[in-house]
Amino acid sequence: MSWDLGISGLGRRVIGGVGRLGRATLFLARLAPALGVALARARLIVQQLYMTGVLTLVIVLVSGAFVGMILALQGYNTLVRYDAQSSLGLLVALSLTRELGPVLTALLFAGRAGSALTAEIGLMKATEQLDGMEMMAVDPLPRVVAPRFWAGWIAVPLLAMIFSAVGILGAYVVAVGDLGLDGGVFWSQMQSGVSVTNDIMGGLVKSVVFGFVVSWIAVFEGYDAKPTSEGVSRATTRTVVSSSLAILALDFIMTAFMLRGL
Amino acid sequence: MQAKGMEFTVGLFVVAGLLALAMLALKVGNIQVLNAGETYAVTADFNDIGSLKPKAPVTVAGVRIGRVARITVDPVTYRAIVTLDILKKYRFPRDSSASIQTAGLLGEQFVSLSPGGSRRDLKNGGKIRITQSAIILEKIISQLLYSKAGHASGHN
Repeated sequence: MSWDLGISGLGRRVIGGVGRLGRATLFLARLAPALGVALARARLIVQQLYMTGVLTLVIVLVSGAFVGMILALQGYNTLVRYDAQSSLGLLVALSLTRELGPVLTALLFAGRAGSALTAEIGLMKATEQLDGMEMMAVDPLPRVVAPRFWAGWIAVPLLAMIFSAVGILGAYVVAVGDLGLDGGVFWSQMQSGVSVTNDIMGGLVKSVVFGFVVSWIAVFEGYDAKPTSEGVSRATTRTVVSSSLAILALDFIMTAFMLRGL
Repeated sequence: MQAKGMEFTVGLFVVAGLLALAMLALKVGNIQVLNAGETYAVTADFNDIGSLKPKAPVTVAGVRIGRVARITVDPVTYRAIVTLDILKKYRFPRDSSASIQTAGLLGEQFVSLSPGGSRRDLKNGGKIRITQSAIILEKIISQLLYSKAGHASGHN
């Protein structure tokens, strides 16, 4: 009767998953008032912005430049068959601002900063620092969790914009320096085809949503982790896996809405 | 001291992010500078607008001076009514003409105005009477093919 066990296993996983989603939502509802309190202590948010945002900057700058240069090479290779290489700037700018900037930045952020957030909060829990704070009548939500959540939420859109901008500059260097395209055509084609309201604001909206979701998952997994070293390591892995899946699934949904209109 | 340095880098990070957004908006996107100026609306009827779209440029002598606001169909004559928003500082004589042209062979379509010689100017809500419809490449090709076929078989 092994098929029977398999079905039971599936059911257990689904129930477990729905349960986690419910706990994550309850956690967010508890976190919401703490978010307001945390805004009053901006110094803590600045501290966390340094840890999450500034330290992620290097990987975002390097990846952005490389992605832009790769897009330029690949795009040129395809466009040149149709003698349309003058549209290379437009291709690169649209790909980066609409899709790759927000998505890749959020994925990199989940791996670089989201995992660190989870591990930090999880370890605080495992070493009973959070319990200690509660003992001293200090609520850990506004003091520990909320500043990290804010910092992640603020950092992702800023990083995504930097990613796109650096990517376009990287593409410019390859297109004009290496492939011999005209610099003026590169920019003017881009300007005639990229819409600020649809493309750039659309990308910004995406990255704000991703920032929210990744930060939410990261702090929830940390707060929810089993207070053992194994529990923290599992929570860290789960942060990266669930954030990545959530980013890609949400990206598909948002792209479908944005391209078709509501 | 250390806290100061951290605050400085965070400030720098935020400035860099906003600068990147500004660069994307100004250098990569096309912020509509035209919105700044006041415009007046005139209409023009066309038999066929091709693939003209709202927000397409309106030009005179190749210089952009406005854009297409709306495109509707006259329920009686079945002609297309194109409403053009033109910047107020440009006045046009009442007998100006409008034609729909294509940028390049397959590029976007836009409305080109040619000024007439009348002493009276078009007012807000005025109408351009002389219009030339879009040139539709497929029609020209089919006409060319038909006339070739006609020549070949000795008719025509």
